[in-house]
Amino acid sequence: MSNTEHNPRPRAKAPAGERVADWADGRLGIYGAAKKNLRKVFPDHWSFLLGEIALYSFVIILLTGVYLTLFFKPSMAEVHYHGSYVPMQGVVMSEAYASTLDISFDVRGGLLMRQIHHWAALIFLVSMFVHMLRVFFTGAFRKPRELNWLFGFLLLVLGMFTGFTGYSLPDDLLSGTGLRFVQGAVLSVPVIGTYLAMFLYGGEFPGTDIIPRLFAVHVLLLPGLMLGLVVAHLILVFYHKHTQYPGPGRTNKNVVGFPLMPVYMAKAGGFFFLVFGVIAAISAVFQINPVWVIGPYRPDQVSTNAQPDWYMGFSEGLIRIMPGWEWVIPTGHTINFGVFVPLMVFPLVLAVMALYPFFESWVTKDKREHHLLDRPRNAPTRTGIGAAWISWYFVMLVGGGNDLWAIFFDMSINAITWFARIGFFAVPILTFLITRRICLGLQRRDRDKVLHGRETGIIKRLPHGEFVEVHEPLPQDQLHLLTQHDQPKPAELPPPTDGHGVRRKVGPVEKLRVRINRGYYGPKAQIPKPTVREYEEITSGHGHH
Amino acid sequence: MSSETGPHETVSDENLPAEQGAEPGTAAEKANGNPFADPGLPPHDDRIQDIDERAAKRSERTVALLFVVSMLATIGFIASYVIIPVEQYVYLFPLGHISALNFALGMTLGVALFCIGAGAVHWSRTLMSGHEMVQDRYPIGAEEDTKSAALAAFGDGARDSQLGRRKLIRNTMFGALALVPLSGVVLLRDLGPLPEEKLRHTMWERGLRLINENTMEPLRPEDIVVGSLSFAMPEGLEPEGHDFHTEIAKAALMLVRLEPEDIKDPQELDWSYEGIVAYSKICTHVGCPVSLYEQQTHHVLCPCHQSTFDLADGARVIFGPAGHPLPQLRIGVDDEGYLMALGDFAEPVGPSFWERG
Repeated sequence: MSNTEHNPRPRAKAPAGERVADWADGRLGIYGAAKKNLRKVFPDHWSFLLGEIALYSFVIILLTGVYLTLFFKPSMAEVHYHGSYVPMQGVVMSEAYASTLDISFDVRGGLLMRQIHHWAALIFLVSMFVHMLRVFFTGAFRKPRELNWLFGFLLLVLGMFTGFTGYSLPDDLLSGTGLRFVQGAVLSVPVIGTYLAMFLYGGEFPGTDIIPRLFAVHVLLLPGLMLGLVVAHLILVFYHKHTQYPGPGRTNKNVVGFPLMPVYMAKAGGFFFLVFGVIAAISAVFQINPVWVIGPYRPDQVSTNAQPDWYMGFSEGLIRIMPGWEWVIPTGHTINFGVFVPLMVFPLVLAVMALYPFFESWVTKDKREHHLLDRPRNAPTRTGIGAAWISWYFVMLVGGGNDLWAIFFDMSINAITWFARIGFFAVPILTFLITRRICLGLQRRDRDKVLHGRETGIIKRLPHGEFVEVHEPLPQDQLHLLTQHDQPKPAELPPPTDGHGVRRKVGPVEKLRVRINRGYYGPKAQIPKPTVREYEEITSGHGHH
Repeated sequence: MSSETGPHETVSDENLPAEQGAEPGTAAEKANGNPFADPGLPPHDDRIQDIDERAAKRSERTVALLFVVSMLATIGFIASYVIIPVEQYVYLFPLGHISALNFALGMTLGVALFCIGAGAVHWSRTLMSGHEMVQDRYPIGAEEDTKSAALAAFGDGARDSQLGRRKLIRNTMFGALALVPLSGVVLLRDLGPLPEEKLRHTMWERGLRLINENTMEPLRPEDIVVGSLSFAMPEGLEPEGHDFHTEIAKAALMLVRLEPEDIKDPQELDWSYEGIVAYSKICTHVGCPVSLYEQQTHHVLCPCHQSTFDLADGARVIFGPAGHPLPQLRIGVDDEGYLMALGDFAEPVGPSFWERG
């Protein structure tokens, strides 16, 4: 400590800060942790901020959510409204709806807190979603981070359900319609559906139990689980050390960046305030979920353009595009495929993403740790699968908003529904093929740039009249960046007979694996990166262009 | 950061960064003859603040200014909270009429928070060290000796417990642990009643009049004109009543008058009265109220998922995800000429379920 020099007394007494730290160290052992972590290095990249936005919006949701619980009454008891919102005077509504009006019109700042809570929820979900895609396309989910991928995936799913239960609480006409849908969906479950619906709603729909029950789930159960998962997610990020993009000086064995203290404390801590500030400003200006316009819930009323929040939109699409197949089986029971199939495909769409890392590691049999991120073009099959999944998601989103598309673009709702029905199968396949093709094109471009240099745009006329463009050789850091990636050899089936001429048995699963592996690494899936010899052959010959 | 760049003549020569030159690794790698080799970290580019104390001072003032603005905004937040009445609305272009308090609180809070963030980020980017650091990574998995020590410890513990040897203890313990969660499952039983016949019946019964939902008056046949859609509920159902929501969720009715010759379905004609047909308003898909009527085609559309039913043909599904027609209510008129039900729906209303049959 430098200020001890100015301390007139000898070193008998340490400065106050050190004494506090000593006290804490004697009980918590903080010096060991501080020594390891205070100057821990984190790499810098804008795409790493996506996860931070998710984290900070989660914190904002917790803060504003606690405030809202102080005023919200999760009760379906019917009351006559007598608050300050004139159009609803004397209207019969549930206490949940009435207290939401009170928060919006009578509690000073209540509307702001509600709007921040809801906006932050939308931003939480969208940032998790985009963060997941970033992790996917850069291959950051590979060993040793598969479990953290699953933690993040669970956070996304729990976030969706927390959002849904949250916007169901005000008991307005729109959210009540969502709860009606849930009841219909639960009823479609074969054998036990009616029992599940009765137990979930405490009897017939809507009853008076569902809002208080959802409240407990929304403010206690789900946030508790999410908080635990967020902590686990962050611990693993710390423990694994953050991945980094390839570049000069960045290897799989190091991490290059700035220290936690002070740079990341200031940057990441400051970013929390930036995110919070922007969400507060959005909430000051843009109205969200004006339940007073929508009105209280009545099961026999509905409004047009009924839409869930965006993150539930794809499941809405599933339910809208499924044909109404309903069979009465010989036992006299009904199977409602029209609702039950979408209910089952909904988790499947998400599970495809959750399980992908395990699928890829099974296909590649790659046991190495990966800390250096892939450039998406260098993993064309993975990038194609990711793009296909996104296109699949968007087809469902279009299907979920078929009424809005029909109105705003003056199109036939039946045509849009049919587009989504066919597109559900066709669009992902097309997207996969096109994306993979684009990736290979980009790989070819990288190869050309390495071998022939950068196009300068300068046209030179040769003495015999030919025009050529002058290419400029790349600097070494660029050459390194464009050639640093691995190009694994495709898997091969072992020869049909072993050394003694005995027929070898290869199981169908292994045959399938080899086939898929060739789809990842075969000659049609990667453009060979230039070798040093190719480079030297071309660059040593003068007069080439 | 570009705003921090001062005039270049103020920067004296000796403060300029050293000529960017040979990184130690670069020459060696080049000598190795691998043009693709990693050239190592590029040399550090000094920022203007690293070499010009005046620029650094300007950064300091910028950061401090942002923090001061934040303080002022917080004071503005408190002042807005105290001064602006909660019910005051103002016109603000281009937002329209907005709550003055919400706007003032949100903007001041937003500015107060944003400026803290902007100040901290600017501080870190201009004044804190701009030198990238390199740290090593170590494999996540344990070394072989750690692994064998861990396995040995586990083996000792397992032997100590005698779990493998004393099968009786092991099996009964598994049995006890497997059974005990059942108590928790049993406790869930009272979450709700059993379904029984609840989904099969509604409030409708023979003799109940059809009450107009808007006027709350009983309907007469002449109240229903061709081309209009009316909504009705059973007589005796009070909107203030205890079970109103649960009952209306099943009993809600829609009425249209068709020309009797337009009705294609013989049972529909039989259950109608002078061309007036009464159908359940609850969609058979997932239970939204069907409410969009097209009078030319006699189609009704559910606004939630666009299931479309043909009211002139037994409410057959002609598009969308619904699996079966809307149930029809048999109606007639009573002695006083009011429309009444001639019984309950013949089949369950709303979404289908396993036992529906």
